[in-house]
Amino acid sequence: MAITLVTKLAVALAFASPLAAAPFVSEISAGRAEAPVAELVELASGTMPYRAAGEFTRAGRPVTAPLARVGVTVPLAIMKHQVAAADYRRCVDAGACKPLAAAAGAEPDRPVVGVSWRDAEAYAAWFSRVTGERWRLPTDTEWAFVAGSRFSDDGDVVDADDPSRRALARYTREAALKDDGEERGVMPFGSFGTNEHGISDLAGNVWEWTATCYVRTALDDAGAAIAATTNCGVRIAEGRHRAYVTDFVRDARAGGCAAGVPPTHLGFRLVREQATWGSWLMARITAWRAG
Amino acid sequence: MMTRRTALAGAAIAALMLATPAFAQKLDLPRQKINLVAPPFVHAHEQATKAGPKIVEFRLVIEEKEMVIDEQGTKFQAMTFNGSMPGPMMVVHEGDYVEFTLVNPDTNTMAHNIDLHAATGAGGGGELTMVNPGEQVVLRFKATRTGAFVYHCAPGGPMIPWHVVSGMSGTIMVLPREGLKDGNGKPLRYDRIYYVGEHDLYVPRDDKGNFKSYPSAGDAYTDTVEVMRKLTPTHVVFNGSVGALTGKNAMEAKVGENVLIVHSQANRDSRPHIIGGHGDYVWETGKFSNRPETGLETWFVRGGSAAVAMYKFRQPGVFAYVNHNLIEAVELGAVAHFKVEGQWDDDLMTQVKAPEPIAPGKQSAVATPAHGH
Repeated sequence: MAITLVTKLAVALAFASPLAAAPFVSEISAGRAEAPVAELVELASGTMPYRAAGEFTRAGRPVTAPLARVGVTVPLAIMKHQVAAADYRRCVDAGACKPLAAAAGAEPDRPVVGVSWRDAEAYAAWFSRVTGERWRLPTDTEWAFVAGSRFSDDGDVVDADDPSRRALARYTREAALKDDGEERGVMPFGSFGTNEHGISDLAGNVWEWTATCYVRTALDDAGAAIAATTNCGVRIAEGRHRAYVTDFVRDARAGGCAAGVPPTHLGFRLVREQATWGSWLMARITAWRAG
Repeated sequence: MMTRRTALAGAAIAALMLATPAFAQKLDLPRQKINLVAPPFVHAHEQATKAGPKIVEFRLVIEEKEMVIDEQGTKFQAMTFNGSMPGPMMVVHEGDYVEFTLVNPDTNTMAHNIDLHAATGAGGGGELTMVNPGEQVVLRFKATRTGAFVYHCAPGGPMIPWHVVSGMSGTIMVLPREGLKDGNGKPLRYDRIYYVGEHDLYVPRDDKGNFKSYPSAGDAYTDTVEVMRKLTPTHVVFNGSVGALTGKNAMEAKVGENVLIVHSQANRDSRPHIIGGHGDYVWETGKFSNRPETGLETWFVRGGSAAVAMYKFRQPGVFAYVNHNLIEAVELGAVAHFKVEGQWDDDLMTQVKAPEPIAPGKQSAVATPAHGH
């Protein structure tokens, strides 16, 4: 996968309050929650061969997702690490995020897991508020771009005359991606290494929510999209393989008709929107008012 | 002061004293020694035999050990026969003598025994097989009844359910000498056999709701019994852990093959179902002296028994094999998968048209009632 990488730098965010610079500091009394510090990796814009998530049909028959050259058009700043349980906890303490299920069981200094897409969205909104910046989940395309060599293409052959071929191919591919020897449970940051962009734990045992909805696209003979149905009640979780997970689910499971390999854990990381000076100022004012 | 260990040993001695001494008769029959294999596989065996009865020798080694039972990494103090949950499956023929050595290595901490539902007398062998750590025992019983039968540890009193829900159960299958029949005298043969052992597990949680782990089985006992008495398992698993028979470890078959599936549950009811498939011939109670039922969608496994189902896969694909209490399947872990290769049969099923947007104006044509309520 050819990605032109112009810049790659880790940026520690600057905060108004010196207290906020230390990770995992306790709340200051009566004030709003301090923002956790996110280590960022910035990637230059670029393109890659990519197969979009979702289902594709042509003339009323399922077909393999088309491979296209796509990419990100503006530089992308993404968290080096997945969001930590301690950081999520601050959002909960601030009343902006729902508490985790008691049994989610993550250590504070490990990735938060057992979060739904809605939880991740709530965290992004809170984090944007307390930092005065715009943070959001990456799209599936952005995640694939960032993941680079860790991205797993799911272009299984679709044989409209034999639906079992795709099911078996997908099942076998996803099963093969699992390392039977690995430790189960939520591992410390860095346990799954970094990719070529210096981004940590991609495609480990924590899948990451993306902003991308479940879409079925009808293609014409030339491969151009002519119609689509979109279901945003299901979002794409990316990791070792692509997963389609209902947005309020916190713990994906296999079974039943969805015979496949489920994400082991559901977590997330955020991207920071490129901001102009003006929008940055407006966001700070909004945050100050909200605070 | 009586420690837990001496208390357990005391229980073992009491049980041994109750047992009537049994002196082995000399049997002049051919012997066959069988090496057991770990589930879901079953050791090689004849489905029918023209040979006369023999003495079939097995060796079961008890192993107390920590096992991981789910994807969250929950550690469980398991007790096992031959190191697996369930214990390995033994296959003999009606009229054979089963002679097994039960070994309790001194690395274990507790007394154990074995009660075989296929055996007659002395608590299914339980009274004659109690072994302390560092001991072994040899028991022989005659396989007089055909079918798949549960075996389990039954070391007395509250130890019995606890040992069973700690993993100590397995299956023995006694085949008719002439093999399986369809109920009308027609022989049935299977191309593959799989053995699915289901366990209900009861793992205590801490104040925060996280599963607790313990340094040894004995340390887990008190808390575990408290969970057991609520009769609500925290895990219902096939082959010892959530997902153990999925992914790379999914069971395999080919279209057209007859697959025999033995499903045992030593403690609690279950209801196996193949999603997208059926049971062609099902001995729901697991006993071959009864006619098999045919064409079932789901079959019932009574707690403390093993059911036997034969199915010929007719379509390729990924088939989920579940306990059709779907909460137990999806939430608690009772799911296995079959990967089936072969040719798709369009006649049996075809997707006439892939999903597409509903045609304009048709959205409510069916859903709207003629008049409201």
